[in-house]
Amino acid sequence: MELTLWTYEGPPHVGAMRIAASMEGVHYVLHAPQGDTYADLLFTMIERRGCRPPVTYTTFQARDLGGDTADLVTRTIADAVQRFAPEALLVGESCTAELIQDQPGALAAGMDLGGVPVVSLELPAYSKKENWGAAETFYQLVRALLRPQMPPPGQPRPDPGRWRREGRRPRVNLLGPSLLGFRCRDDVREITRLLASHGIDVSVTAPLGARPADLERLPDADVNVCLTPEVAGTACSWLERSFGMPWVRTVPIGIRATADFLREIHGLLELELPPELVPDAGGACEAERRSQLPWYSRSVDSTYLTGKRVFIFGDASHAIAAARIARHELGFEVVGLGSYSRERAREVRAAAREFGLNALITDDYLAVEAAMAEAAPELVLGTQMERHSAKRLGLPCAVISAPLHVQDVPAHHSPQMGWEGANVIFDAWVHPLMMGLEEHLIGMFRHDFEFVDGHRSHLGEGTASPGTPAAATPPAQTFSTPLQDLSPADAAEALATTVAVAEAFAPAGGAPEWTADGEAELNRIPFFVRGKVRRNTESFARDRGLVAIDAETLYDAKAHFSR
Amino acid sequence: MSVSAPSIPTSLSTPPAPEGHEIVRERGQREVFCGLTSIVWLHRRMPDAFFLVVGSRTCAHLIQSAAGVMIFAEPRFGTAILGERDLAGLADANEELDRLVARLLERRPEIRTLFLVGSCPSEVIKLDLAKAAERLNHAHSGRVMVLSYSGSGIETTFTQGEDAALQAMLPLLPDAAASGDSADQLLIVGTLADAVEERLTGLFRRMGIERVRSLPPRRSTELPAVGPGTRVLLAQPFLSGTARALLDRGAELVSAPFPLGVEGSAAWMEAAAAAFAIPESRVREVLDPLVKRGREALAPHREVLAGKRLFLMPDSQLEIPLARFLHRECGMELVEVGTPYLDRRLMEADLSRLPPATRLSEGQDVDRQLERLRAARPDLVLCGLGLANPLEAEGIATKWSIELVFSPIHGCDQAADLAELFARPLRRRERLQVA
Ligand code: SF4
Ligand code: SF4
Repeated sequence: MELTLWTYEGPPHVGAMRIAASMEGVHYVLHAPQGDTYADLLFTMIERRGCRPPVTYTTFQARDLGGDTADLVTRTIADAVQRFAPEALLVGESCTAELIQDQPGALAAGMDLGGVPVVSLELPAYSKKENWGAAETFYQLVRALLRPQMPPPGQPRPDPGRWRREGRRPRVNLLGPSLLGFRCRDDVREITRLLASHGIDVSVTAPLGARPADLERLPDADVNVCLTPEVAGTACSWLERSFGMPWVRTVPIGIRATADFLREIHGLLELELPPELVPDAGGACEAERRSQLPWYSRSVDSTYLTGKRVFIFGDASHAIAAARIARHELGFEVVGLGSYSRERAREVRAAAREFGLNALITDDYLAVEAAMAEAAPELVLGTQMERHSAKRLGLPCAVISAPLHVQDVPAHHSPQMGWEGANVIFDAWVHPLMMGLEEHLIGMFRHDFEFVDGHRSHLGEGTASPGTPAAATPPAQTFSTPLQDLSPADAAEALATTVAVAEAFAPAGGAPEWTADGEAELNRIPFFVRGKVRRNTESFARDRGLVAIDAETLYDAKAHFSR
Repeated sequence: MSVSAPSIPTSLSTPPAPEGHEIVRERGQREVFCGLTSIVWLHRRMPDAFFLVVGSRTCAHLIQSAAGVMIFAEPRFGTAILGERDLAGLADANEELDRLVARLLERRPEIRTLFLVGSCPSEVIKLDLAKAAERLNHAHSGRVMVLSYSGSGIETTFTQGEDAALQAMLPLLPDAAASGDSADQLLIVGTLADAVEERLTGLFRRMGIERVRSLPPRRSTELPAVGPGTRVLLAQPFLSGTARALLDRGAELVSAPFPLGVEGSAAWMEAAAAAFAIPESRVREVLDPLVKRGREALAPHREVLAGKRLFLMPDSQLEIPLARFLHRECGMELVEVGTPYLDRRLMEADLSRLPPATRLSEGQDVDRQLERLRAARPDLVLCGLGLANPLEAEGIATKWSIELVFSPIHGCDQAADLAELFARPLRRRERLQVA
């Protein structure tokens, strides 16, 4: 038994739903009680989709438990096949149905469904989670549909350079993008365009937008591109073992990763490497200029980003990519790196070692929050959970990974991958740090009247500093949108957050006191950095066992932290 | 339409005479939340209580999603997620639960009442939470009160979770007679927004009903006494079990329509006043200005809503009183009124105010119901979150039902706000000029 307040991943059958809902022509019959239909809103609300996920639930009740639940399963399957005429059917169960052991897969296998391919999913709900469920479902579906085409063992591997002999352009499959993944829709568009610019066609993208018949065409491609290892890793390695298809392992998030990705794909396809991808002595190449990130990073305005302390947590792919971008492409210092993807803990640990860190592998969001507070970063890159923890701690944050919220599904094109993805990342990560004004300007103009109390930056009070009385003001003043204009859920968030901030920073007993001259000196500091200075100084004072903070302490702390 | 005089049945056992409504009873796929969801408003009502679901990762994910994806502060609810080890041996699961509760209480010293909430998995494996609560009460006596109830999806739908939670609290309610305090009191049952509750209580006091208490209370430990002399006035329609249990404790039930809309709220208050024999003149003095003002405030929304066709999908159990309000006071036409289950006795006053031959549906077969809906092309649909965007994409305006259990909608003063919630999607469509 494990205590969970918020959870990063849903149960494995939600992973299966992500595959079914991402595809066309697939239907999922899920043996589950009525409450489990909540999962629909993940797609219709969070993804803001205009159609229901293709799932029929049995919604059994206690009174069914007497004996006819198996009958309910077969009736539901028959009805769903008749109503939705799927091209492939997934049959599975949620945690409760797993306990009553009706074995819906076996029941479906015994039915005459007019030849619809049926994939029975066994997703152990008490030991596995959402991403695992998605990967397993995708793999089972691919395997079931391709089994008839499997070459006999011992047959030579297909030659990845065969496109040349066949007189056509090379082609690849993009595997892994799915609904509720982070910016998958935009990444697919970006990578398809990027590959096209190198003369490479995309044969099948799956699961997003694919039909079962498309999965049957997977072996027509020369190489598989594993865009989302969390979802497609299992299927890619099976396709390699069974069909001899090589796969690209680099996830093209960030400048260096995009260049490596292109080199890897050129190598596998035996394509000549274009000069713009040939690295110079420093490892950089001309193609990197297709993104603005390298120039923006070198520009004078970015000087103040140097050594910003950043804490990173997310799924394995995004967290690892984020750490490398942060360190090598934006010049930040990575002070924390972790992931909830236990399946890929090894890779995250290895990446953390590059930065001299121990990776945090956990799905306890309170442990992440504690690690974050401990690391005292200046920027948090995380999931929606870290966004909230960061809010409580008064830290700027950008969301880089699922689990997501409707605001992570923007209307505009906003990829994370490829050259354009790097542009998006530059903007998304740097903006929370700016607080309406770059820091070096703050230093230069700190005595101007605009910086007096009460003057607010155009970003509102999103960065209001906890520890100041402002953070504990009533919600109506803390949030720019009046509560009555928010949806009830968002209003609840707003209220709850305010309460949390107030609770988290209630004066603890034994905290050092500010003397009048300490307070006066503090008030000379521009209001939007004052909270940070107050926090740093207090922790400095506490560490030294000081009971009073005067102006000298403030400057001692400043000297200490500027080292 | 005749407005029946409020009566006070002392028992719930006599079903009313059959109605002239067409009733479609359906059993198929239901698209509703389970009873766990009510935690999301109960934990806000009683900030000193904690709700610990004993269930699966699905249950944890459900509450997280239903709570608007994430409420973010450290919430006053959580899930003890059963793992393979717990399923293997139940004794072990009990030990695990004890360990986990001890840790939780250590972390959250402000908790006064801990609800262990049963789920489908805990019920199917027959984990006895009542016994666990007893054991934990003993272990933590004086520090926290531990209660248990089921919010499982195999037993309860959505709002029924509150019914189960209140029933779990009932044994703790002091006995009015035994405590020598059987003076008359009005007990408002069902979670209301704090501001609404204060307003309604204030109005009752103005009428001359001195003792007004609420269940659930705002502090989980300040429980009202109950017994003969207690008149129960239901504020929410999903509390059949609680109502029944209160009658067993000697309370009387005030029969009334639910306090939605001007008419419903006025009738609700009149019924309470009648139960306390408050003179008519006093009642009119308090109510008449409210009713007048409420009607005036409703008028602009009625303009938008009148003549529009409304389809209510079953979800929160508020559907019948809402249909009554939207039809009688806002002039909407009712295409179909769905309800997850029909408790005729509690709904009597609202049902009898629906136009004759209204099509009611009880239970659900969602795909068939959607077929009926598409065929009827209503102007507005009340539905759950899973269906709203798909219907909007089909060109049908919607109103989320979950919003109605979170928003202050009860009482005459709130009637216009309630109507506005329904008028807004229509106004918005009017305004938009894009595809
Ligand atoms: S329906 Fe049952 S298993 Fe599903 S979330 Fe509700 S209580 Fe948990
Ligand atoms: S938080 Fe936003 S996206 Fe989520 S359910 Fe509420 S309104 Fe929809």
